[in-house]
Amino acid sequence: MAGKTLYDKLWETHLVREDADGTCLIYIDRHLVHEVTSPQAFEGLRIAGRKPWRNSSIVANPDHNTPTKDWDKGIEDPISRLQVETLDNNIKDFGALVYFPFKHANQGIIHVIGPEQGTTLPGMTVVCGDSHTSTHGAFGALAHGIGTSEVEHVLATQTLIAKKSKRMLVDVSGKLGAGVTAKDVALAIIGKIGTAGGNGYAIEFGGAVISALSMEGRMTICNMAIEAGARAGIIAPDEKTAAYLKGRLHAPKAADWDKAVAYWNTLKTDDDAQFDTVVTLNGADIAPQVTWGTSPEQVLPIGGRVPDPAKEMDATKRTSIENALKYMGLSANTLLEDIKLDKIFIGSCTNSRIEDLRAAAVVAKGKKVANSIALAMVVPGSGMVKRQAEEEGLDKIFIDAGFEWREPGCSMCLAMNADRLSPGERCASTSNRNFEGRQGQGGRTHLVSPAMAVAAAIAGHFVDVRTI
Amino acid sequence: MKAFTQLDGLACPIDRANIDTDAIIPKQFLKSIKRSGFGPYLFDEWRYTDHGEPGMDCSTRPLNKDFVLNQARYQGAQIMLARENFGCGSSREHAPWAIEDYGFRVIIAPSYADIFFGNCYKNGMLPIVADEAMVDRLFKECEANVGYRLNVDLPSQTVTLPSGESFGFEINATSKHNLLNGLDEIGLTLLHADEIKVFEEKHKATQPWLFA
Repeated sequence: MAGKTLYDKLWETHLVREDADGTCLIYIDRHLVHEVTSPQAFEGLRIAGRKPWRNSSIVANPDHNTPTKDWDKGIEDPISRLQVETLDNNIKDFGALVYFPFKHANQGIIHVIGPEQGTTLPGMTVVCGDSHTSTHGAFGALAHGIGTSEVEHVLATQTLIAKKSKRMLVDVSGKLGAGVTAKDVALAIIGKIGTAGGNGYAIEFGGAVISALSMEGRMTICNMAIEAGARAGIIAPDEKTAAYLKGRLHAPKAADWDKAVAYWNTLKTDDDAQFDTVVTLNGADIAPQVTWGTSPEQVLPIGGRVPDPAKEMDATKRTSIENALKYMGLSANTLLEDIKLDKIFIGSCTNSRIEDLRAAAVVAKGKKVANSIALAMVVPGSGMVKRQAEEEGLDKIFIDAGFEWREPGCSMCLAMNADRLSPGERCASTSNRNFEGRQGQGGRTHLVSPAMAVAAAIAGHFVDVRTI
Repeated sequence: MKAFTQLDGLACPIDRANIDTDAIIPKQFLKSIKRSGFGPYLFDEWRYTDHGEPGMDCSTRPLNKDFVLNQARYQGAQIMLARENFGCGSSREHAPWAIEDYGFRVIIAPSYADIFFGNCYKNGMLPIVADEAMVDRLFKECEANVGYRLNVDLPSQTVTLPSGESFGFEINATSKHNLLNGLDEIGLTLLHADEIKVFEEKHKATQPWLFA
C-alpha cells in the first residue's frame, strides 16, 4: 500500500463519518472568528435556539474594521462600529477561549494572533470565515477558509461537511538569493500555476527552500496558497515549529508538551506517498517579484516589462491583459522599474509579522521616503508584534525614514476601515490581493515583499532591492 | 434554505475570466450584520458610475450603461453565464448572497473557486460546471438572441437549450438531495451528534492538549 501524504494523515485523524458519495464530516479543533463573517452565523444560532458545541475552540478578535490610528476616538464609522460591537456581544453571550476586543493590548489580525497565542498547533484542523486561514497550515495544521453558513455549522456541530481535496506538492529546491523572500516565492509559485492552478487541491509546500524558511516565512507562503486557488496550504512541522510554539500561552505544557512534540514528529508525508500533481521550482531562479495587473498571477520578476496583449494568442488571456492594463493605467512594455508609486502599505496577514518588519527596517534604516510618496505606512499584525518591534527600535527607524507607524489591524489590505487608496492612486503593498478596487475603489495595487515595498518608498518607483 | 428543482430562466452573460468576490460584492458592503439586501450592490463598481456605500438608494444612482446587467434585454435574468475560475478570492458568503438576492438561481461556468462553489449550495443556488466549448457556445447564442432562455432540471441533471439540445452536469448526491429538499445542513449533521461525541472523546484521549 502506498504511503500517506501529510494531508491524508490530517484528514483521516479528523474524519468523523463518510457517506457513500464521499461527503465527509470532519472534526474542527480550532475556530477563529472575526467581526465580518460571523454576525449572521451567531444570529442563525440564536434563531434556531442552538449553542456553540465547544466554545473553548473559539479564538476571536475584530480586525477588518478597526482603525489603525486615533484609537482614543473609537471607531468613527457607525456601520463598522456596529459590526465590532456585534462581535463583542456575541462573544459575551456565547463564550470563547480567547477574545481580544478592540484596543486590547494583544488585539491584531486573527491570522497573526492565532499562532502568537499558541492556539494554532500542528495536527489541528483550523477554520475561519476568512480565506487566508490557509496561513495556519505553516504549522502542519489542516487550515482553510469557510463561508458564513459553515461558520454557523462549525459553531453548532464542531464539524464541517467537506469532500477530500486532491493532493499537490509544490517543491522549492535549492537556495534563495540575497534579497529574495518568502513573498517572492509565493508570487513566483502563483505566477507559475495561476490563480486557478490549485483549485480542488490541498497544497503541501516542501523542499530545501521551504525548510530553510522561518515560521513567519512559512506563514507567508501558506497564506498565499488561496491566491493559487488552493483552500489549504500545508508545511510539515519540524524543530522550528516546536521552537516557535514552546512557552506560548496556549501551547501544550509539561508532560503534554513532550507527548505533543513526539506526535508532531509523525506529521510528515511518507517517502512512498503519491501526489496527484507535483510542481517544482528552483529557489535560485526566483527574483524579487512585482505584480503588474489585477490578479496575483499577473506577476513578473523585477527587471521585467509589463506584457503586451498583442503578443498573447489566447483571446481570454488577451482580454484579461487589456482589462488589467486599462485599470492599472499602464502601457504595454513599460519597465517595472519605471512604475512610480503614490502610497506604500506594509502590513496584512501576509507580511506584518516581526520578521517582515525587521526585513523592511533593514532597507529603511538611515533612508528617507521619496517626496513623491503621499503616504507610507507600517501596520504591525498585532499588539505583540508592535511591542516587540518597538523594543527592537524598529518603529524609530520607520518614523525617521518618513513612514507612519500605526496600530494593528487588516487596514489597507482590503480597506474596510479608513485606510484606503483614492481612485487612480498606485500602491506598493505587501498584502495578498491586487483585485480591482481591493484597496479602495479605483486604487491600483502592486504586490511585493516588505523589502521591495520599502525600496520603492525610498526611490519613489520600483527598484531591485538587491541593487541598493 | 430555498429548495431548487427546475428553472426555465433568462440567461445573462458576464464575459470575464477570474471574476473575484471583491468584484461581486465590494468590501464596504460586508459591514452589514444581515444576510439579505445585497442584490442592489451586486457588481457595484461595474454597475454604477458613482461610489457605492451601504444603505444607498440604488434606484437613483447613475448606471454604467455598458455593463451587461444594466441592459434592458437582461432584466429579470435568473441564470448567469460566467467564465473560468468564477468567485475566486475571499471566502465572503456575501458574494453568493448578493447573486441570489439579485435574482440568480443558477450559474453556468467552466470552473469555480472552491469556497465560492460550496457557498452557492448553502444558499439554494446551483453552480453548474460545463465544458469550455459549451460555455462558449452559450455565450455566443445568448449574446446573439434577445430573450435567450435555458431550462435547468436538477432531478435529471440536464440543461436544455432553446434548440432542444441538452447537456448533462455533475453534482454529488448529498448536495443534490439537500438542494432538492431545501434542507438545513446543521439539522442534518446534528442527527449524527452521537457519532461526533464518540469521535471527540477518542480525539481527546489521543491529543489531550487540543482540549486544554
